[in-house]
Amino acid sequence: MTKTLAKSLGLVAVVAIAGSLTLAPASFAAGGEQPHIEHQRWPFSGIFGQYDSAQLQRGFRVYKEVCSACHGLKRVAFRSLSEPGGPQFSEDSVKALAAEWPNQITDGPNDEGEMFDRAPRPSDPILGPYKNDKAARAAQNGALPPDLSLITRARNTHNDAWFPVHFYLMAKDVFTGYQEGGANYLYALLTGYHEPPEGFTVNEGMNYNAAFPGHQIAMPNVLDGGPVDYSDGQEGYNGPASSLEQNAKDVSAFLSWAADPTLNTRKQIGWQVMLYLLITTILLYAGKRRIWAKFH
Amino acid sequence: MSSHESNYQPTTRFGKWLDERLPVNRLVYDQLVAFPTPRNLNYLWTFGGILALCLVVQLITGIVLAMHYQPSGEEAFNSLDHIRRNVNYGWLIQPMHAVGASMFFLAAYIHLFRGLYYGSYKAPREILWILGVFIILAMMATAFMGYSLPWGQMSFWAVTVITNLFSSLDSIIPGMGTAIVEWLWGGYSVSGTTLNRFFSLHYLLPFVIAGLVILHIWALHVVGQNNPAGLDIKSDSDWVPMYPYAVSKDVVGMFAFLLIFAWFMFFLPDYLGHADNFVEADPLVTPPHIVPEWYFLPFYAILRAIPSKLGGVIAMFSSILVLVFIPWLDTARVRSAKYRPIFKWFFWLFVITCIALGYLGALPAEEPYVTYARLFTAYYFAFFLIIMPIVGIIETPKKLPGSITEDVLGPGGGKGASAGAAAAPEKR
Repeated sequence: MTKTLAKSLGLVAVVAIAGSLTLAPASFAAGGEQPHIEHQRWPFSGIFGQYDSAQLQRGFRVYKEVCSACHGLKRVAFRSLSEPGGPQFSEDSVKALAAEWPNQITDGPNDEGEMFDRAPRPSDPILGPYKNDKAARAAQNGALPPDLSLITRARNTHNDAWFPVHFYLMAKDVFTGYQEGGANYLYALLTGYHEPPEGFTVNEGMNYNAAFPGHQIAMPNVLDGGPVDYSDGQEGYNGPASSLEQNAKDVSAFLSWAADPTLNTRKQIGWQVMLYLLITTILLYAGKRRIWAKFH
Repeated sequence: MSSHESNYQPTTRFGKWLDERLPVNRLVYDQLVAFPTPRNLNYLWTFGGILALCLVVQLITGIVLAMHYQPSGEEAFNSLDHIRRNVNYGWLIQPMHAVGASMFFLAAYIHLFRGLYYGSYKAPREILWILGVFIILAMMATAFMGYSLPWGQMSFWAVTVITNLFSSLDSIIPGMGTAIVEWLWGGYSVSGTTLNRFFSLHYLLPFVIAGLVILHIWALHVVGQNNPAGLDIKSDSDWVPMYPYAVSKDVVGMFAFLLIFAWFMFFLPDYLGHADNFVEADPLVTPPHIVPEWYFLPFYAILRAIPSKLGGVIAMFSSILVLVFIPWLDTARVRSAKYRPIFKWFFWLFVITCIALGYLGALPAEEPYVTYARLFTAYYFAFFLIIMPIVGIIETPKKLPGSITEDVLGPGGGKGASAGAAAAPEKR
């Protein structure tokens, strides 16, 4: 009697809680005030993904010709542009690039005790135009263009699906080795400049952006019309045509590399380690079966 | 240290000489080779060894990272970036430590739930269990301080939120909470000074954990391992020596676990962390959602479920400390939930509760999540304080197997191999 009573009590509890959770979807979904951002396929996403150096080179061009007007890459050295697993420019071109970079390195003090500006060398960081945050804000109407060295790892998309879908999407990312939320966000941001919806007031000096939290961003639509022409007007160019989407995609890929320059090596070594561990686990299991054979 | 008689025989003259002076070989032989392990252990019992491995991985990677890390408010964030970009294999060592912390907790939670399911906390294993609770507490303190070290936005604000919890003590003795918080911070706000002391403690605590682990293993080797049937070893056919039997199984578990570890480390190093921690700490900018690492989320949900700040803090700490008392809260006559038809249901409901609290802990503290968090928090405590004592009394356990041997071979078994043969597998 007591047993059946307790058992049915337990069942009631299970059903009640399961029920309360299934009733939840509408309210759970209502909690998301963040914009929905699409998953993109990247050459470097997933367990087999690797950077496409041609894409990184195009992305660097976009950075250099557009973004670097305001944003720095202070944690990335020029030399890494020629290292394996990156854009892989030639060492000479990187040397020339560093020497021509408009933003000088403050060095010193020299023998007279003075600080001085000099052209960057390949070992120096890729600096933006502003010496410090205050100078940046003064030039940008109070807004601060962030350094882009870690930007794709410092941003992510928000999964606000109803909880069973949420767990399913989590599991999908885990099993496919997908963690490119930052690049997805960046792409959505760069392609997210639209006319504001009816009744939405955009403040003075701000721009409407569908992906940006709050939808008001100081940065203008700099990639409008795909300003970086990869063909350079050459005959017989057969690379990707330039467009807003293509420029945005390439620069997002380049900035992903800037934030995570060892991804190629990491995944290559990763597969060697996984293979080693898998084989060892199987061998150890076979050994265990043999040792325990007598007891089964 | 074991109740089992030692049958170690030194084979060399040096071995004999050493055995009479410092019987370290005898200790290793008795505890890691001949130590009797129940023959019915399943793979959930490999998590003890996996956890020892996790601790070693964290110690080694941590010591290497400390050689390159700079615990100052100005340089901490830069030095982590430097480690990942410029230090040889820094891109591997740093995620190994960060992902390693998650894996450590994953293994610890599985180990804990295993103990809970099979009644490993019941007599005579109370002290063994309580030491385990202390280890989890020390791990949490270590992980919390370790999370402050990258000095990103989430590091900074997690430290701010959690240390500020102590200020709730002001509602008991005015001024006491504030004094404690300022003492922890080493100033009037979280700063590089706070980071510096957290680094020092983060380096110290793992060695405290190692000490507790030694006591935990010592206690285990005095009372012997529990097993899925929850029975004691009664005859020689119930056990097998640790080497090669348990060891051969432990290494399978370890390598299988390392596969999961490596998957996250190589393919998803950022997945378990938070993007905001790649933004350098800034006391002037508060992130929209401050959330802890996944392994703290259930406790964070409990903290926020209670309407009063002090109450929330008490509930959060109680949610761990209540575990200390369960050897006496559980009134059941049998250990293993396998033979407890009612308790089993409540156990799995408790597992769901912990996952649900974890899910809710990541969501903003607003309706309807707070109401859900309150319901689950109520069940969390009810499980220990009401269900464990009552179900143990009213439930009629299923029939237990006569012995561990019968658990493996079925009734009437026991004619199978005995420990005599098991002790010398090469001679069979």
